[in-house]
Amino acid sequence: MSKASNMPEMPGPPRWLAPAGWAGLVAFIAAQVTGFLISPPDRAMGNLQKIMYVHVPSAWVAMLGFFIVFVASLLYLWRRDLKHDRLAAATAEVSVLFTGLTLALGSIWGRPTWGIWWTWDPRLTSTAIMLLIYVGYLALRSFTEEEERRARWSATVGILGFLNVPIVYFSVKWWRTLHQVQTVDVTGAIGSSYAISLLINSVAFMIVFAWLVGMRTHVAGLERHREAWLEEQALTRSEAHV
Amino acid sequence: MSAELRRVGAIVWKDLTAERRTKANFNAVVFLAGLILLLFGFAIGPDGQTMELIAGGVLWLTVLFSGVLSFNRSYEQELENGALEMLLLYPGDRRSIFVGKLLANLLFVLLVEVVMVPLAAVLYDLPLWQHIGPLSLVLFLGTTGFVTLGTFYAAMASRLRAREVMLPLLLFPMLVPLLVGAVQATGGILNGDLMGSTASWLRLLVVFDVIFFVAALFAFEHVIED
Repeated sequence: MSKASNMPEMPGPPRWLAPAGWAGLVAFIAAQVTGFLISPPDRAMGNLQKIMYVHVPSAWVAMLGFFIVFVASLLYLWRRDLKHDRLAAATAEVSVLFTGLTLALGSIWGRPTWGIWWTWDPRLTSTAIMLLIYVGYLALRSFTEEEERRARWSATVGILGFLNVPIVYFSVKWWRTLHQVQTVDVTGAIGSSYAISLLINSVAFMIVFAWLVGMRTHVAGLERHREAWLEEQALTRSEAHV
Repeated sequence: MSAELRRVGAIVWKDLTAERRTKANFNAVVFLAGLILLLFGFAIGPDGQTMELIAGGVLWLTVLFSGVLSFNRSYEQELENGALEMLLLYPGDRRSIFVGKLLANLLFVLLVEVVMVPLAAVLYDLPLWQHIGPLSLVLFLGTTGFVTLGTFYAAMASRLRAREVMLPLLLFPMLVPLLVGAVQATGGILNGDLMGSTASWLRLLVVFDVIFFVAALFAFEHVIED
């Protein structure tokens, strides 16, 4: 008996996934074309300002992702359906990726602008703390073997972590204002002619984000199916020996 | 309600008795705290003025680094001989287990501070006695939030192979607001509150404590379930 014939049929990816992937690709290319070719360079910062077109949407989708982790975690604890857990885990992974990207892009922008790679700006600092909180979330998942326990534990970590987002942000903000350090408000510097590029990029990032999360959730589902199948195989094999 | 309180009391008594009879952990943590204070001194000193200025930060990092060692132990003693399973079999609300462990840990860390803070005052030349009242309040509020989250995350971390690294990895990023608030309040009390902001930092600590006490209390049931 060949292995392939034994393998149960794997569920296919959700129908929206492939179109979303293509739409994301097209939107992303369109966004970069408008950003680089059509949108004019900033009067003060020149082409450097264009990092904002990718930096800001990246931060937005990462934040949105942490909110989704929060909601999916609550849903899991309420309904105890592992599909919510897979969604939370997939979103956390993708959000950590985008948070890292946000920090890297911010640093690349900050170096020529402020002359430093890092500043203790509230937004920047709370983003770094968020990254660490969700890296902890992912580490906990990788160290917890039993599936149902992993889902419950990480759900609580996802919920408490998100509750901390505003507290971290405001505490760092007050901490900074206390020491009277100038923070540069980036969002205010973007005029209406730049808003279009930012908007197209935001849409593109949103689609790419949704596609990545959908893909990761789907793969997590496949992994689960495969594990279940392998366990079954091992069981039948041991029975055959007896 | 009174039955729950009795359960909480029983857990506190049990944990503290186990600690009192061995004392090994308390002594180790106190010596470690003293060692960290000395090491910070070597790293920052010998300029007395600098040391005084950053004493609040040193004090709180010492509390965090030494206190974090006590939380996993609080559950580890339950894992031997299936004690945790027995504890869970007892009737009553499981949240009382969390509150009991939290209070036992709180008393433990506060006792460590009773030894550690005067030592820090000596080493860093801090005006401890003039400000003992407000300083105790900051220490209490900061330690409560720290121990609340520590007790909560240790319920998971202590049951993992990588417990030594998992607990700080989960706990410390969550403590950033608490650390900022506690250090600012401590600095305000010790060095003179120029901006009049100490009260706001204390409020932040209270908000942090309340939010995470409630959240951890409800989340604990899902952690301890099996």
